Amino acid sequence: MRMVRYLASAVGVVMIVMLAGIAYAWRSQISPVDVPPASSFDAATIARGASLAAVGNCSVCHTKAGGEVFAGGLALPTPFGTIYATNITPDPETGIGRWSEQAFARAMREGVDREGRHLYPAFPYDHFTKVTDEDNRALYAYMMTRKPVRSETPPNELPFPINVRMVLAGWKLLFFKPGVYQPDSTKSAEWNRGAYLAEGLGHCGACHTPRNLMGAEKTDQLYAGGEAEGWNAYALNAASPAPVPWTVDSLTRYLSNGYEEQHGVARGPMAPVTANMGSAAPGDAKAIATYIASVMGEPSVERKARGEGVSKSPAAQSPGVLVQAAGSQSLPVTVDPKDPGAAIYAAACSSCHDAGRPVPYGGLPLRLSSATHGPTPMNPINVILYGLPAPEGERGPIMPGFAGTLTDRQVADLLAYMRKTFSDQPAWKDIEPLVADIRAGAKDTELHSLGSDGNAPANPTKRETSW
Amino acid sequence: MVALTVNGKTHQVDVDPDTPLLYVLRGELELNAAKYGCGLGQCGACTVLVDGEPVFSCVTPVLVLEGRKVTTVEGLGTLEAPGPLQQAFIEEQAAQCGYCIAGMMMRAQALLQRNAAATDEEIKAHMEPNLCRCGTHMRIMAAIKRAGKLMQTASAASTGRTG
Amino acid sequence: MERVTLADLNRRSVLFGTGALVLAFTLKPALAQTKSPGDETQNFQAVAQPAPELPGSLKTNPNLESWLRVEASGKATIFTGKAELGQGIKTALLQIAAEELKIPFERLSLVGPDTVLSPNEGYTAGSHSIQDSGTAIRHAAAQAREILLAEAGRRLSVPVEQLRAADGAITGPGGEKLGYGELVSDHLIEGRAQPTSKLTAPDQFVEMGKPRRRIDIPAKVTGGAAYIQDMRPDGMLHGRIVRPPSPGARLQAVDLSQAETMPGVVKVIRDGNFLAVIADKEWQAIKAMRALSAAAQWQETATLPDMADLPAVLMAMPADDGIVADKRGPVSAARSEEATFTRPYQIHGSIGPSCGLAQLVDGLTTVWTHTQGVYPDQKAIAQMLGVPIEKVRCIHVEGSGCYGHNGADDAGADAALLAQVVPGRPVRVQWMREQEHAWEPFSPGMVTKVRAGLDDKGNVVDWNYELWSNGHNSRPGTAGALLGAQHIAKAFPLDAQKLQITPEGNGDRNSNPLYAFPSRHVVWHFLADAPIRVSALRGLGAYMNVFSIENFMDDLASKAGADPVEYRLRHLDDQRARDVVERAARNFGWKAGQKAPEDHGFGFAFARYKNLAAYCAVAMEVKVEKETGRVRLIRATSAVDAGEVVNPDGVANQVQGGIIQAASWTLYEAATFDRTRITSVDWSTYPIMRFDALPQAVDVDIIPRPGTPFLGAGECGQGPGGAAVANAITNAIGRRIYDLPLTREKVRAAAQLRA
Repeated sequence: MRMVRYLASAVGVVMIVMLAGIAYAWRSQISPVDVPPASSFDAATIARGASLAAVGNCSVCHTKAGGEVFAGGLALPTPFGTIYATNITPDPETGIGRWSEQAFARAMREGVDREGRHLYPAFPYDHFTKVTDEDNRALYAYMMTRKPVRSETPPNELPFPINVRMVLAGWKLLFFKPGVYQPDSTKSAEWNRGAYLAEGLGHCGACHTPRNLMGAEKTDQLYAGGEAEGWNAYALNAASPAPVPWTVDSLTRYLSNGYEEQHGVARGPMAPVTANMGSAAPGDAKAIATYIASVMGEPSVERKARGEGVSKSPAAQSPGVLVQAAGSQSLPVTVDPKDPGAAIYAAACSSCHDAGRPVPYGGLPLRLSSATHGPTPMNPINVILYGLPAPEGERGPIMPGFAGTLTDRQVADLLAYMRKTFSDQPAWKDIEPLVADIRAGAKDTELHSLGSDGNAPANPTKRETSW
Repeated sequence: MVALTVNGKTHQVDVDPDTPLLYVLRGELELNAAKYGCGLGQCGACTVLVDGEPVFSCVTPVLVLEGRKVTTVEGLGTLEAPGPLQQAFIEEQAAQCGYCIAGMMMRAQALLQRNAAATDEEIKAHMEPNLCRCGTHMRIMAAIKRAGKLMQTASAASTGRTG
Repeated sequence: MERVTLADLNRRSVLFGTGALVLAFTLKPALAQTKSPGDETQNFQAVAQPAPELPGSLKTNPNLESWLRVEASGKATIFTGKAELGQGIKTALLQIAAEELKIPFERLSLVGPDTVLSPNEGYTAGSHSIQDSGTAIRHAAAQAREILLAEAGRRLSVPVEQLRAADGAITGPGGEKLGYGELVSDHLIEGRAQPTSKLTAPDQFVEMGKPRRRIDIPAKVTGGAAYIQDMRPDGMLHGRIVRPPSPGARLQAVDLSQAETMPGVVKVIRDGNFLAVIADKEWQAIKAMRALSAAAQWQETATLPDMADLPAVLMAMPADDGIVADKRGPVSAARSEEATFTRPYQIHGSIGPSCGLAQLVDGLTTVWTHTQGVYPDQKAIAQMLGVPIEKVRCIHVEGSGCYGHNGADDAGADAALLAQVVPGRPVRVQWMREQEHAWEPFSPGMVTKVRAGLDDKGNVVDWNYELWSNGHNSRPGTAGALLGAQHIAKAFPLDAQKLQITPEGNGDRNSNPLYAFPSRHVVWHFLADAPIRVSALRGLGAYMNVFSIENFMDDLASKAGADPVEYRLRHLDDQRARDVVERAARNFGWKAGQKAPEDHGFGFAFARYKNLAAYCAVAMEVKVEKETGRVRLIRATSAVDAGEVVNPDGVANQVQGGIIQAASWTLYEAATFDRTRITSVDWSTYPIMRFDALPQAVDVDIIPRPGTPFLGAGECGQGPGGAAVANAITNAIGRRIYDLPLTREKVRAAAQLRA
């Protein structure tokens, strides 16, 4: 996924420039080739490439809203300026049509383009370096058989000296360890498959691992939770905030379906990830789940007990009974009307979130929500303000946004109530200014709903059978 | 009792504070425009403005509206003196059954207030939350664009007068 | 004022007013009563026609006073049995009346369907309104005008030929003028509709054929009271129903006490499986409904078919075979092609859930309803209540667009049931969104199978077509069609559905192609048992049949190496059909051998609705994102021949909307269910078109046919619109998808199979 924090201090940049020798930084050009004909790739390789591209979530960054798939142009806001995702269709002039397989594999392995220029790590080659030659060949076959689209990538809008690509050589020297994934022979084949995908193409750590001031992942805090596009990417290690501990099965369901009954619906940048995973090869989601579950480790006795506690709370009705009888909403819970947040919760949230209609279409009971248990209120603020927009022409949950309805103060009151009522975590601080920031666009919040973003493939049947 | 400012007029209404704004508008204030469509915030038939922003009145409890300004289609103009959006929807004949139209107009109003020269793509993206079943979308789009032009003309004219 | 005693005193007593001229006749016993073949407006029931020789709905309502009344003030009132459903019928009917009566449009008012005031024209359905009601009003108005002319001639002692009717007045040769008001002020003209009328020649039209702004739109865009939902009679109470959780559920136990003690609750009702609340305020009723719902225990049974295998389920059901066409010629087919198409259950999906309002006063239950048929509902509701028919009055008030038989009649019946509990008080029942989605009658799932014998040029020499479907019509006629009547303790069962092959068709509508195939056999495997409640959705079977025929015609054209438009024209003898096909193709810029831009596709489709009403051809361009399966409509061009057109803008609006709606059906829509419950209960689970997928333009070109009969146009776009989308997608991705809807996932899979 995209990073938002890059090269954070000018001092650091100067230091890097000094460290980076020109000799180290220089990379040769790889000669352009004629666009290889589609017939030069076999169908099985292309199909494998399609599945790998889904795991890599390639289409999501390399497609702008309303634009042609893979034709790039998506603006990636960073604290220092804007980077534009490139055109990776096989167009010879504006895409990668002139790239040989060797050039493609080098970009993946080393983060260098065909002409020999260093790429910004917004392209997560620190992960893609782990991809095997064989898989790069399949990805290449897939990309080169896409429709060529003529579309110039706008120039990046970055200040000096960050706009000097040579600077990136220094960054790489410090933070980039090239090399294909090395299997752990003590682990199962499924675990290794999962680790290979998660660490490599899946680049899960790009969002879920915190970054240092230079924008590099902190290797000593793998999966400790990060931030992406205005959303908390929750910890995937022992610090996972999920009230019901994740298991291989629940993670598998979540990754391939985009929701899980006791964890809720993927939203924000995770929505297209799960939509893409739904079209990946069978078994890949489970392999990743196997690996991630092992990273999380066996939950502690207390966490298990807490999980059992919250998941067992009975619904007032067997799920869905109300739906046809009298609508999908229920009588709201009774609350202390003097607590302003409680009153808002009861009037605006409870009738869906406590109705017993199962996810993805019903509201998740908030005692099950990672959002109410997370380190910051960023995600629930996003969801409260902007909701889950309707997926385009597909089944999918819709939650109305309350941006126009609730003031910053009211959102803060509501969140304080939710945190107090539905989690055992300490109160969040300074909610109201964060609401104001998010509303003002300070966080560059991406608002994907479940699979609705046009860049991710459709996957409605995974949500419910549909004739 | 809840105090509510609708179309510039303040009302004291005797309802439970958890009552959605929609039922207050329709039941207590006898305003017809905002419509019940789903009660779930999925279709936009109930859209009104709160402080200039579009909201689903069916999921907006009145208890959060103290001191806020609510605008409905009735606040855009009258049969005798229609506002630009109303005039544009009539001129484009942008209705079949018309049930969704009041909600469409209020969401469009929020956009045109910010940008009377919105493009087709901007209008489509902005109108996404609102459903029409008759397939009148093309005319709704045309009416919104026409209203934008009327607003620009009016604003240019008033600038001319005052300047 | 002279008055005429008429059989239907009830209606007359309302109609007659001081100083008004009711153009009326003594009812004579009809010399010959015939029965019409049943069509959709009459619930496919044969109907007595007192005057089969008269045009339009005058056949069933032959008296002029049923249709119009000229006031002493110079204004006139028009009566129709057809309901405004958002199709603009009010405006169009008044345009017709203004034209023929020669009176300014502004001086006319319209009385809509009302079992006391209006003629009985059955249902507003099947694109019949202009054909039936419009024709009747046109002739009635023309004959009334002639009566007025005759009266003026008598008063002025001038031959009628020297008089001119215009602007609500008769002018004599010397400029002497008699207003219609004056003419009717002192005496009554008697007359009964004649078989022929002096109709205005099309080149003299000042009102018909001209676009006119609809009279209902200003109120709709300014917050006027435009819908039944906006009615607030004094003392009105709010009702809500708690429906069973699934079609086979039975109420086992319910504790009414919590709901009964809630604020504002007036009554809580349990009658068999029918549960409801009545409260002072709407929000109170909703809360009480939710409480009551939680307090009810239901026994559910699995009654629904297996959705995963629906085509096989439908084809395995017991069927009565109806032969729609059997014209076999000598066949010398060189080869044959065949295909099977499937369609899921789909819903009407009105944006406003159904609503009903009823009041019981002195034994008379008045029901305000957005039904398409007040008279059939009157009968059904009276039967449900166990009262004589005259103890129920149904009045149409506009609702949200219905597109066929949705929950409107049921909501009216619900309101009638609740009104019995609180005599004197008007009760408004508003269905919830999920109730509308789950309980409105769906449009049936269908399977069609087509096999064509082809000659050596690939032309069709033999056509075999089969369709499997329930009947598409279970409208009230009897109480059993009303949901509430099925749920109360004294339950009424739904009438058994029977196969009928009628000229206009039902599930078999448009199953017999208009193409000039030399040999053909068309059969409807009529499925009498409906595992899911089904009824009429815009076009009935026409959408799926046209979809199947037109998809298959494209396949055949492709096999023949022919251009799809040229291939259709090869098989079309009907000149008006050829005209719309050629016009749509030309406007689109269609060229044989053309190639759409990469990822784009061009599609074409044609049908004459019911093979009797308007002709419509649609050319469509779409863009398909092969990576995601997403389909974008780019542009659509249509040509329509609706015969004489009253309000061209109204026709354009209907056809444009029909194409967009059909695109939504085609791309997105499927009702879903497990074996017990309906699971598509809101817009999350039953998505329809939103703004993002809109094309840049949907053009409608109306071919003028002045002086020809009206051809119903309201539903003509559904079949060709949907088929053109599918043909364009096929053109873009090189593969056809045979199972509706053409979802992103199916399109993506198909596109990638080809790649």
